[in-house]
Amino acid sequence: MTHYLDFEKPLAEIEGKAEELRTMARQNEEMDVEAEAKALDKKAAELLRELYGKLTPWRKCQVARHPNRPHTRDYINTIFTEYTPLAGDRNFADDHAVMGGLARLDDRPVMVIGHEKGDDTKSRIARNFGMARPEGYRKAIRLMAMADKFNLPVITLVDTPGAYPGKGAEERGQSEAIARSTEACLGLGVPLMSVIIGEGGSGGAVAFASASQVAMLEHSVYSVISPEGCASILWKDSEKMREAAEALRLTAQDLKQLGVCDRIIPEPMGGAHRDRDATIDAVKRTLVDMLDSFDGKDADTLRAERRRKFLDMGSVGLAA
Amino acid sequence: MNWISNYVRPRINSIFSRREVPENLWTKCDECGTMLFHRELSDNLNVCTSCDHHMPISPRARFATLFDGGTFATVDVPEPVEDPLKFRDQKRYPDRMKTAQRATGEKEAMLVATGEIGRTPIVAACQDFSFMAGSMGMYVGNAIIAAAEKAVELNRPLILFSAAGGARMQEGILSLMQMPRTTVAVQMLKEAGLPYIVVLTHPTTGGVTASYAMLGDVHIAEPNALICFAGPRVIEQTIREKLPEGFQRAEYLLDHGMLDRVTPRTELRDELITITRMLLGLPPAIMGDLPAPDATDDAAPSDDTAPAA
Ligand SMILES: [Zn+2]
Repeated sequence: MTHYLDFEKPLAEIEGKAEELRTMARQNEEMDVEAEAKALDKKAAELLRELYGKLTPWRKCQVARHPNRPHTRDYINTIFTEYTPLAGDRNFADDHAVMGGLARLDDRPVMVIGHEKGDDTKSRIARNFGMARPEGYRKAIRLMAMADKFNLPVITLVDTPGAYPGKGAEERGQSEAIARSTEACLGLGVPLMSVIIGEGGSGGAVAFASASQVAMLEHSVYSVISPEGCASILWKDSEKMREAAEALRLTAQDLKQLGVCDRIIPEPMGGAHRDRDATIDAVKRTLVDMLDSFDGKDADTLRAERRRKFLDMGSVGLAA
Repeated sequence: MNWISNYVRPRINSIFSRREVPENLWTKCDECGTMLFHRELSDNLNVCTSCDHHMPISPRARFATLFDGGTFATVDVPEPVEDPLKFRDQKRYPDRMKTAQRATGEKEAMLVATGEIGRTPIVAACQDFSFMAGSMGMYVGNAIIAAAEKAVELNRPLILFSAAGGARMQEGILSLMQMPRTTVAVQMLKEAGLPYIVVLTHPTTGGVTASYAMLGDVHIAEPNALICFAGPRVIEQTIREKLPEGFQRAEYLLDHGMLDRVTPRTELRDELITITRMLLGLPPAIMGDLPAPDATDDAAPSDDTAPAA
């Protein structure tokens, strides 16, 4: 069952009609509907191209949050072999909003860490909708330290609305946990590659994405605050999220211009959820390519280059 | 998710309205309601003499009472690109900046200076909550990097006073990128073996707390300061329950292991001197109001060339 976004309504109608025709034809073999259905398919494809050819920033937020979009678990299961999850922060708990462990990218052992949002009501609740608590960052810090010790490259997959605004999360020092996780990223003597696969929400994203190289899927977003949150503060109206999304410049395309994003990974027409396999494959090819680009660099060089990148960031603004 | 809490705005308004009546020699304590004579209040570092409520203090006023003889030299901060995103909300960002600059007389939300405390040379950085809620954008990031570079260059400790409502939303992702940028600054100090002391003042929230404010060797907070990542309102809206009294206040964080100390503003200077000198392996300081240090010192507005301690 395809989940349609509000702006995809006309598309839902056409695709629904084609589907209906084909169902009817299956029930009644006398009917020949294929020509008509094919014409509808063509119309749908055209509309899809039209819609996705010029997605507004707010629509990109919607696509980035699409429930059928591939999540960290899907990427890990498909891209890597021998994935061995490692759990816990050795302090308080294991945070299910953050997945992580050892795995092989082709043959090379790596450490992979990512936010997982969940795919249905039950797993979404278990994963806290991808909003990490301090334990999640502390698990990531532990895994990054292990990777550093054993000279394994680190790959982070970012997909979070942000840190969890909860009582326990604050009591257990989520500020410190995020700060230390960012510090861990910046101190690594091994390559650190991040892919923003959906939502890169504020501090929760930075804690994983302070990386040597940051790639973003074409319709993913990365922002200091959600458009709704920004709208409620600056416009005093959370319904002004379209305006806020526009103003925040949170798209992969704008972030590439600002030097925050190093590479954009194209998505299949109609978004990652329309062809999950092709999307996951494109992410894998990017990861392999990025990893190759670090060949022959020692720990000091990797650290120095990563820090320099962040120090230099923001020296160029966007054109009006 | 949402860094900036709504408590920020009324706070700014109250500061501004006070400024707009310079003839008014009295300030009403917003905690206990006592009318305080201006002179008396400023002599007590803007701490209510009746209830010990810590009112906001400007970076310049803080530095004037922090440094020996009230003498310090400001450190230049590289100017960032103006309005890098061409941000459009209901008001233009450059107009908001001009309003803040007029109201505070400052260029931006952080002031960096060199000077001596108890004859101990330091670099200090102070965030200005009255300037757009102390929000962290490129300038604040540049200021912290400049402070760390100065500290490394002069082989001095860095003492940083934090205060922020959160991110400078008008700088979007570049505001967020100050979290890793300022973390790099802290790493420079760490690698140079220099003390980095954070004084968390009311309020320190959002990405500021979740980066340089929580990475100090020593964390000291002023009494009752709100210190958090997500603000209390955001949490109450999320969990739909009332938070306990004192939640996310300095004393609460001390109890939960996030701070080393909670120290009244009036005792802060002596404490900073004591801690800094021990971390540097220096003999105990002569306490009290010291005159400005002489010759080749920080009082000179020219380039700072004071020898390392
Ligand atoms: Zn009072």
